[in-house]
Amino acid sequence: MIACLVQDPIAVDDLIRRVSRPSCGGIGVFVGVVREPNLGHRTLHIDYHAYPEMAEKVMAEIATEVKARWEVEEVAIVHRIGRLGVGEASVAIVVSAPHRQAALDGASYAIEELKKRVPMWKKETFEGGQVWIEGDTAAW
Amino acid sequence: MKVRVRLFASYREAAGKEWLEEELPAGACVRDLLEAVHARHGLAAGPGRALVARNLEYVGLDALLCEGDEVVLLPPLGGGGA
Repeated sequence: MIACLVQDPIAVDDLIRRVSRPSCGGIGVFVGVVREPNLGHRTLHIDYHAYPEMAEKVMAEIATEVKARWEVEEVAIVHRIGRLGVGEASVAIVVSAPHRQAALDGASYAIEELKKRVPMWKKETFEGGQVWIEGDTAAW
Repeated sequence: MKVRVRLFASYREAAGKEWLEEELPAGACVRDLLEAVHARHGLAAGPGRALVARNLEYVGLDALLCEGDEVVLLPPLGGGGA
């Protein structure tokens, strides 16, 4: 299981390699990226802030839940913190499983739970200002 | 009793510091703490807005606080991911 925060760009290929198992016929991948525009204005960059100790703990809990609820082999949940530009990956979830449905369902569950439970916030800088994206204002 | 409150993200920025020290009556709960922090610092617009964690676990509004507790005040989530 991989559940961690990183400062450097997320290497999705590397995660896929690390969760691959000979028994697995499917690998479900979700990658969240910084988009532009957001909320009607042009995003320049986003700064991701976490409560690191708790974020990694909750990410590990979510990965454990995926392994308990679906027939999956391995789960990787990696979130990047710091300043990211448009198009850069902020989060990657990679789930390997013998069969595709468990891989896809596990990855879907993980990203939804991550949004609800992992203490993580983003501050968006756009043309003309900055805003903390919190709660319902996070339109993604 | 004294409770130390650690701030993150927008709350830390608004307060201009990472830690607050709040004086609360004995027997106070998380809801009381949120009301005090809101009244004194203008953070967390009333109970239910912020999340509170202690020992890396979320705690509810009715959770009792103890002298010397260190709790973490977290802005609403939903900003993670992309």
